[in-house]
Amino acid sequence: MATPVTMPQLGETVVEGTITKWLKKVGETVERDEPLFEISTDKVDTEVPSPLEGTLVEIKVPEGETVGVGTELAMIDGGGDGQAAAKGATAPAPSVAEEPEAAVAVEESPPAEAPAEPEAEVPPEAAEAAPGSAQSRREGARMDREWAVQESPPPTPVEAPPAKGPRSQILSPLVRRLAEEHRIDLSQVAGTGTGGRITKKDVLAFAEAKAPGAPTPVEAVPPAAPPAAAPPPARPAVAPAAPARPAVSGREEAISLSRMRQTIARHMVESIQTSARAWNLVEVNMENVAQTRAAAKDAFKEREGVSLTFMPFLARAVCDALLAFPEVNSELRDDQLILKHYVNLGIAVALDDGLIVPVVNGADTMNIIGLARAINEVATRARTKKLHPDDVHGSTFTITNPGPFGSVISVPIINQPNCAILAFDAVEKRPVVIDDAIAIRHMVYLSMSWDHRIIDGATAAKFLGRLKLNLESWDFGPEVGLPARG
Amino acid sequence: MVERQVAAKPEDSPTAGEKAPTEEAGAAGHGAEPRGKRTESGEATYLIAIAEALWEEMERDDRVFLLGEDIGVYGGAFKVTEGFIERFGPERVMDTPIAEETIVGTAVGAAMEGMRPVAEFQYADFMTSGFDELVTVTGKYHYRSGVPLPVVFRGPSGGGVRASNFHSNNPEPFFAHTPGLKVICPAFPTDAKGLLKAAIRDDNPVVYLEHKWIYRRIREQVPTDPDFLTPIGKADVKRDGDDVTLVAYGAMVLKALDAAQELEEAGISVEVVDLRTVWPLDTEAILASVAKTSRAAVLYESHKAFGIGAEVSAIIAEDGFDLLDAPIVRLAPPNVPVPFSPTLEDAYIPQVENIVDAITRLAKW
Repeated sequence: MATPVTMPQLGETVVEGTITKWLKKVGETVERDEPLFEISTDKVDTEVPSPLEGTLVEIKVPEGETVGVGTELAMIDGGGDGQAAAKGATAPAPSVAEEPEAAVAVEESPPAEAPAEPEAEVPPEAAEAAPGSAQSRREGARMDREWAVQESPPPTPVEAPPAKGPRSQILSPLVRRLAEEHRIDLSQVAGTGTGGRITKKDVLAFAEAKAPGAPTPVEAVPPAAPPAAAPPPARPAVAPAAPARPAVSGREEAISLSRMRQTIARHMVESIQTSARAWNLVEVNMENVAQTRAAAKDAFKEREGVSLTFMPFLARAVCDALLAFPEVNSELRDDQLILKHYVNLGIAVALDDGLIVPVVNGADTMNIIGLARAINEVATRARTKKLHPDDVHGSTFTITNPGPFGSVISVPIINQPNCAILAFDAVEKRPVVIDDAIAIRHMVYLSMSWDHRIIDGATAAKFLGRLKLNLESWDFGPEVGLPARG
Repeated sequence: MVERQVAAKPEDSPTAGEKAPTEEAGAAGHGAEPRGKRTESGEATYLIAIAEALWEEMERDDRVFLLGEDIGVYGGAFKVTEGFIERFGPERVMDTPIAEETIVGTAVGAAMEGMRPVAEFQYADFMTSGFDELVTVTGKYHYRSGVPLPVVFRGPSGGGVRASNFHSNNPEPFFAHTPGLKVICPAFPTDAKGLLKAAIRDDNPVVYLEHKWIYRRIREQVPTDPDFLTPIGKADVKRDGDDVTLVAYGAMVLKALDAAQELEEAGISVEVVDLRTVWPLDTEAILASVAKTSRAAVLYESHKAFGIGAEVSAIIAEDGFDLLDAPIVRLAPPNVPVPFSPTLEDAYIPQVENIVDAITRLAKW
């Protein structure tokens, strides 16, 4: 009997997720809690384990597609015991919550404590000994502080599910890391430490036992090492930690990467590896915009409560150009090009410790006032760390704005899965030739990195030409409280 | 470990051979008996190793001079500088008044002028009488002026010799917490010699804390090469092990090794990391060992709270969180002054049995 697998809820505010990879093919068998697929909600990238054991009979949502929470993604045939399997499948959330990545990335999630093991799974003997898993966790922790030493229980043969002692829920950082690296479900591991705690040795022994045929961690095994010559189990998992720590000396300094930095690094490299990046630049005479802005900005600030920067003018002009050239506002999914006839504008915001790209949804429906407010709001929330996971998801095109820091020309990296990213550099007064005379004008270089898989130079240049024309010719006055030009 | 060799030395040098005194100094050791010399087989005590380091550096560089209370005619409270005034004269082996702030100030002033002074404190406890000069002037001088300040402050620290609470302290946390000072706490004669020589040749101010409990307690073959140096800021694994990392320095290293021996017999393999230098702290060595064992304890003789162990623990937790299979353990005296009663002093300083007990629990955690 086939049971549906649904999109899990990865936090209160997440409403949808993108299937980034199916780890199983139709027809393959999957273990309960074995990673089944990878999803991305932009802030949260994680593997989702299978809620039940069985055969994957149907994939309903292909890779790259974004669907809402609760959407049926696939069907798994759990064999004869359909009822029991279905019960597991309807509640995928707890197993997802066990993924430390998910727990860390979502803002309001509780601190990474012992995993939310469903109480029902505690075997009756253990439940009697210490009723309530929370209670038993506290007991265990208290015992640790008092340094009570108990005789370890005799090692349980590795047959799931092992009996659990009162301290089986206390997982050290190392045990968690090793379990993640070896993709081990800790509920299957017998703890031989005091009070049934799972120790490093237990995890490594379990990994060793399941090694043949099981997926091994990518990092822990050097590709050249012949499996037969594998050193004793204590070495392979722990040894890589030491060389991974860079030796620093003298005037060097080693800084551990923040989670944000790691995410940025991963996304940037993935982008470079995904897109065929090409680049164009136009020079735009911003005198039209600069004069409108200068005339309107004081009253605008007083009336609207937000400063009138160049950014909403640019955003307004960009939205028009994107609707005119939807290929620039598109996404490549497998062999299909998805044209988007709406604009969700990603705005790159520099933070003290990195960068984030919140999204102004429906930017093409806004006028300058709306854009000014919306950009200001997402930027403020980004800087005060008040963004929700869905605030950073779903952009169709991105603008980065290094101008305020003095940059004149930039070559940005595309924010996947966008087709293109526009860099808005500094607006400066420069001498320019106008009608064979030299004049001083507010000028800017607008440069765009774009994906040559999707568009060609002609489209990119035409798009930039449209953008230039908009900025140089439009009468923005009426939108910012000035009379229309005659 | 370094290769040790013995060479013949001039008769007046502290390295010249002599039969070893059989017993260590009684009580605090203050002026109890001669410093002694290397055994005929070339083994030296910690005390002799320190004297040799001073002697060799004074022979090598005439900018090096000593100052301190009773170091000249009397030969020093613990006889470290016995015989020095006869060889180097009163201008390079200066007796000072009992005024530590003046000793520090004089030494620092001489260093500013290009000398390389080594100031002795009769007990490290009294370094705090010169604390203002050490913290306000010495640690900051190079940062303020860009001028190097090659000065060494040395003296006996630590307890276990029934000397009560004015003569048993471990002041290293004060100085480790003061930017601009290096802090050395050796445990073995070889390290004591190599590190003191390195300290004298270092262009920074160094606080070099000897441990009086070790002075005459152990002997080993100590290098006689006049250019033998031990790098400052490098820990040394004194015993390899797989189950637990035990980080220690000073006299606690000796206790850690005794405990590790007992634990080995009980089936627990302990790696003893001797910091040797408290600051700069060798975090790489600490983390490398914890990466291997996944369990860490820090053993130290200064007060437990806000001390060296707090710093070592924090570094392991910050940079090695996912290396840990158990919580970090600190073993150190409570935050009370060193007791005079022998029973209480033994209860105050971590003893081998306490270490064995704590490491056993840590290994089973």
